[in-house]
Amino acid sequence: MAILKVDNLNKTYSPKSIPVKNVSLTVKDQEFLTLLGPSGCGKSTMLRMIAGLEMPTRGRIWVGDRDVTPLRPGDRNMAMVFQSYALYPHMNVRANISASLRLRKLPESDVNQRLRDVSAKLGLDSLLDRKPSQLSGGQRQRVALARALVRRPEVFLLDEPLSNLDALLREQVRAELKQIFERQSAPVVYVTHDQTEAMTLSTQVAVLYDGTVQQLAAPSEIYHRPANRFVAGFVGSPQMNLLTLMCEGNFACLGAYKIPLPEPIARSPQAIPQTIVLGIRPEDVAVVEPASDRAIAEGHCFLIENLGTAKLLSLSIPHGDRDRLTLRALVPHDLPLPSDQISLHLPSDRLHWFDSQTGDRLG
Amino acid sequence: MPPSPSRSRTWPTVFLFLAPAIALLLLIYGYPIARSLGLSLMTQNLGTQLEPQFSGLGNYGRMVGDGRFWHTLGNTAVFTIAAVTIELVLGLAIALLLHRKFWGRGLVRTIAILPWALPTAVMAVGWAWIFNDQYGVVNDLLQRLHLISGPINWLGDPALAMVSLIVADVWKTTPFVSVLLLAGLQSIPDDLYEAHAIDGATPWQSFWAITLPLLMPQLAIAVLFRFAQSFGVFDLVQVMTGGGPAGSTETVSLYIYATVMRYLDFGYGAALTVVTFLLLVATVAIAIALLGRRGLRQL
Amino acid sequence: MTSSPPRRSPAIAFTLAIVLLMIFCLAPVLWQLITSIKVNADIETIPNIYWPSRQTLSHYAELFVRRPFFNYLFNSGFVAIASTVLCLAIGTPAAYSLARQPIPGRSLILGLILIVTLFPYILLFLGLLELARAFGLGNNYLALIVPYTAINLPLTILVMRSFFQQLPRDLEDAAQMDGYSTGQMLLNILLPLTLPALVTTGILTFIFSWNEFLFAFTFMTEESLKTIPVATAQLSGASQFETPYGPLAAATVVGTIPLVMLVLFFQRKIVQGLTAGAVKG
Repeated sequence: MAILKVDNLNKTYSPKSIPVKNVSLTVKDQEFLTLLGPSGCGKSTMLRMIAGLEMPTRGRIWVGDRDVTPLRPGDRNMAMVFQSYALYPHMNVRANISASLRLRKLPESDVNQRLRDVSAKLGLDSLLDRKPSQLSGGQRQRVALARALVRRPEVFLLDEPLSNLDALLREQVRAELKQIFERQSAPVVYVTHDQTEAMTLSTQVAVLYDGTVQQLAAPSEIYHRPANRFVAGFVGSPQMNLLTLMCEGNFACLGAYKIPLPEPIARSPQAIPQTIVLGIRPEDVAVVEPASDRAIAEGHCFLIENLGTAKLLSLSIPHGDRDRLTLRALVPHDLPLPSDQISLHLPSDRLHWFDSQTGDRLG
Repeated sequence: MPPSPSRSRTWPTVFLFLAPAIALLLLIYGYPIARSLGLSLMTQNLGTQLEPQFSGLGNYGRMVGDGRFWHTLGNTAVFTIAAVTIELVLGLAIALLLHRKFWGRGLVRTIAILPWALPTAVMAVGWAWIFNDQYGVVNDLLQRLHLISGPINWLGDPALAMVSLIVADVWKTTPFVSVLLLAGLQSIPDDLYEAHAIDGATPWQSFWAITLPLLMPQLAIAVLFRFAQSFGVFDLVQVMTGGGPAGSTETVSLYIYATVMRYLDFGYGAALTVVTFLLLVATVAIAIALLGRRGLRQL
Repeated sequence: MTSSPPRRSPAIAFTLAIVLLMIFCLAPVLWQLITSIKVNADIETIPNIYWPSRQTLSHYAELFVRRPFFNYLFNSGFVAIASTVLCLAIGTPAAYSLARQPIPGRSLILGLILIVTLFPYILLFLGLLELARAFGLGNNYLALIVPYTAINLPLTILVMRSFFQQLPRDLEDAAQMDGYSTGQMLLNILLPLTLPALVTTGILTFIFSWNEFLFAFTFMTEESLKTIPVATAQLSGASQFETPYGPLAAATVVGTIPLVMLVLFFQRKIVQGLTAGAVKG
C-alpha cells in the first residue's frame, strides 16, 4: 500500500515570501496527519503542492516509490476535499461524484457499483439527482467527501473541510470523518487551523508556523510536551500561560516566590540565562488555602469568566517593583472564592520551560 | 533554477488562449495607429499623384495655420463639454430616481436604457425629423405652448444646429451614464445612510457627504468614457447635419473623414488622426492622474 | 435587490419625475412609430397630427417591396451575429488566460485593453481603409466582421475576465484533481457556468456591431451589402426632390425593433455587462 513522502519541499515566491521552507514529512498507511497552524503558516500551500495544484520551487513528492512531482494533479491518484466543497454547480450529485471515474474511463458497471457503495456509506441515496444548490451545507460536505472516497485514491487530502459548517454540525461531521477514515487505510493529510479537529482526528500532528514544522508528533505529545513556545501557545484552550521570569541562581523569580529551574539547566550554572519563559496550562494551576505552604504565587483575581463546567480566573501577580504578570487559572465552577486575593500552587511536573531567546523547550 | 514545471506545462495553452486576441487587437488597433503615425510624416495627396513623399513635420506645420482644423476642434470641444456635462447631471438625477424602490421599477429601468441600445445613425434620422423645420414636432410643440411664434429652422442655424445635436446626444447616451452611476449607488451600503441619519443628517446632507464622494469612481469612469466617445463623434453629426450649416457643426472626426475620403489627402488625414489620438491620450492621462491610485484600482 | 434608503418624500413629485423620464426616453421613438403609419397627407399637416385617424402600412411596404430592406436586415444580422460569435470564441479564452494564468506583463496588457476601449473608431479609420484595400475586402462581409470582432474584443475580455474572477478557484482545482485537462475543464466545467456571462457579453457585442456606422458607411458601397444604419441614413438623399418622410420613419422603426426586443428581454443582462465592463474591468 501507499506511503506519501514529502522530501525537502520548498516554495519560494520571492526572497521575502517563502511560504514553505524545506519541509519533509512521511505519512504511512493508516496514518492521519494533520497540518495545524494559524492562517499564513504555509499549511495550505503545502497541501496544494502535494496535490499538484502548485509546483514546489524545490523538493520532491513521492507516493510509494513513484516520484509524482512532475505529474498533473489528476495523474497523482490523490483525492482532495475542498473547504468550499467545490461541487460542480451545474451537475447533479451523481454526476459530481462519478465525474472522475468517467474521466478515467472506468466501465459503467464499476462506476455504478462504486457510486452505490459510497452513497450508501454516506447516506446520499435520496440526494443523487439533486443539484448542489438544492443541498444543505452538511449535505454538500458529504457529497464532497463522497467525490473523494469514490476514487479510492492512494492518498486523501482534506483542506479545512469542516470550517464552512456551523458549530453543532461540525462536531457531528467530525465524528463521522473519524469513523470513515479509520475504516480505510490510505494515508490522509488534513489541513486545519482548529486544534480540536487536529487533536480528535489525527494520529500525527505537524504544527506549522512561518513555513517550517515546529513539531511533528502524536496529538497527546503535542499537548503535553510542546516542543517550543509557539506550539505551547497555539495548542490548548484556554491558552497556556507563558510568563517571562528573571533567573536568580537555580531559581526563577515569580514575584516574591522562587521556582526551582528544571534539572538540566540547574546542573550547569554557566548555562543559566538571565530570563526564562515559564509555561503552565490554566487547568494545571491549583488554588490553595491562603498562606498554605504549598503556595508559590499569590495574585489578585480581577476577572471571572464562567464556562459552565469550570470557571476561568484572571489573576494579576505582582512582579518586580512596578510590573504585574497576568496568570489564568481554570478551576471547578463550584470552587468557593472567599476573597479576591488568591494563593496558587503550580505543580512542578506540569511546568514547561522555554528558552526566552529561541523559544525552544528546555528540559 | 530550472524552469518551473507549472509554467512549462501551461505555457502552450496560455499562448493558444491569448495569441489570437492579441494578434487581432494589434491588427485592428495597433496597425492603424502606427500607420497613421508613419503616414503623417508623408505628403500623399492628389498633388503627389497619391504617391507618398517624405515631408517631415510638414503636415503638422500646415495644421497650425489650418483655420478649418481649429474650427472643427472648437466645435468638437463645445459639443463634448456641453453634452458630457448635461449627461452627467441628468444621468445622476435619473440614477438617483431609479435607485428608489417603487412599483414597476423594472419596467422603468428597461425603458431608461432603451435609447442607449438603439443605432445612433438610425435615431439621428429620427432626430432630424423631430427637428425638421417644416413639419418637425419640436416646432409644433413649442408653438402650441406659445413659446415661439413661427417655425424655427433648427438644423439650418449654426447655433441651433449644435443645440439640436447636443439634445440628440444627451438623449442617446444619458442612459449609459445613469446605468454606471446606478451601479455605483447600489454599491454604497445602506447602513452608511442609516448611521448618518442617526447622527442627525438630512437626506440632502447625506447626498453631499456620502453619495457624491463614494460615487466618485463611477463618475470619473463615466466622464472618461463619455468624453472619449463624444470627442470622436461621427455618425450622429454626419447623419443629422453633415457638419453643416456651413461647417458650423463639423467635428474633428468629420474633418478627418472628408480629408481622406473627399480630398484624398492621406498624409494630412493621418496627421489629423495622430493629433486627435494624442489629444485624447493626453486628456485620459490627466484624468487618470487626477483620479489617483484609488480610482485607478477601481478601473 | 438592494434597497434604497427608506425615504418617503412627496409621492407626486416623484411620480411626475418618473413620468417625465419615460416620456424623455420613449417619445422620440414613439413619434417615429406614429409618423411611420400616417398617410403622406397627415405627415405634412401643420399643426401636427398626434393621433392619426387614417393608418397605413404603405411606408413599410415601400421599404420591403421597392427597396431591399430585407437585404439590409440580413446584412446587419449576419455581420453582427458572425462577429459576436467570433468575438466570444476569441475573447473568452483570452479572458480566462488573463484572469487565471501566469502571464508576464499581465497588467500592461490589461491596461492597454482598457485604454483601447476609449478609442473612437475614427482613429482606426484611415488604417483600416488601407488594410481593406490591401486585402481587397471592399464590399466583402469580412471588411466588417473582422473589425467588429476586434473592436468588441476589449469589452468582451474585460467582462468575461471579471466573471471568471468571480468563479471560485476551488472549482478549477477540484476539476484538476478529478483529472480534467485544461481544455476539458474549460468546456465541461467553466463553459456551462459562464453561459449567462456569454449571453450578456454576446448581447452587448451584437448591439455594438448592429449599430456601427463609420466602417459600414465606408467599406460597403454596394447597395445590396449595406447595413440598416447606413441604408436608413442614406434614404433621405435617395430622392432629390422630396424627402420621403414616411419611409424614413418606417426605416427607423425597422432598424430599432430588433434592439428594442433585445432590451425588453435582456435589460438586466445589458446593465450587468455594461457595469462589469466599465466599472470592474
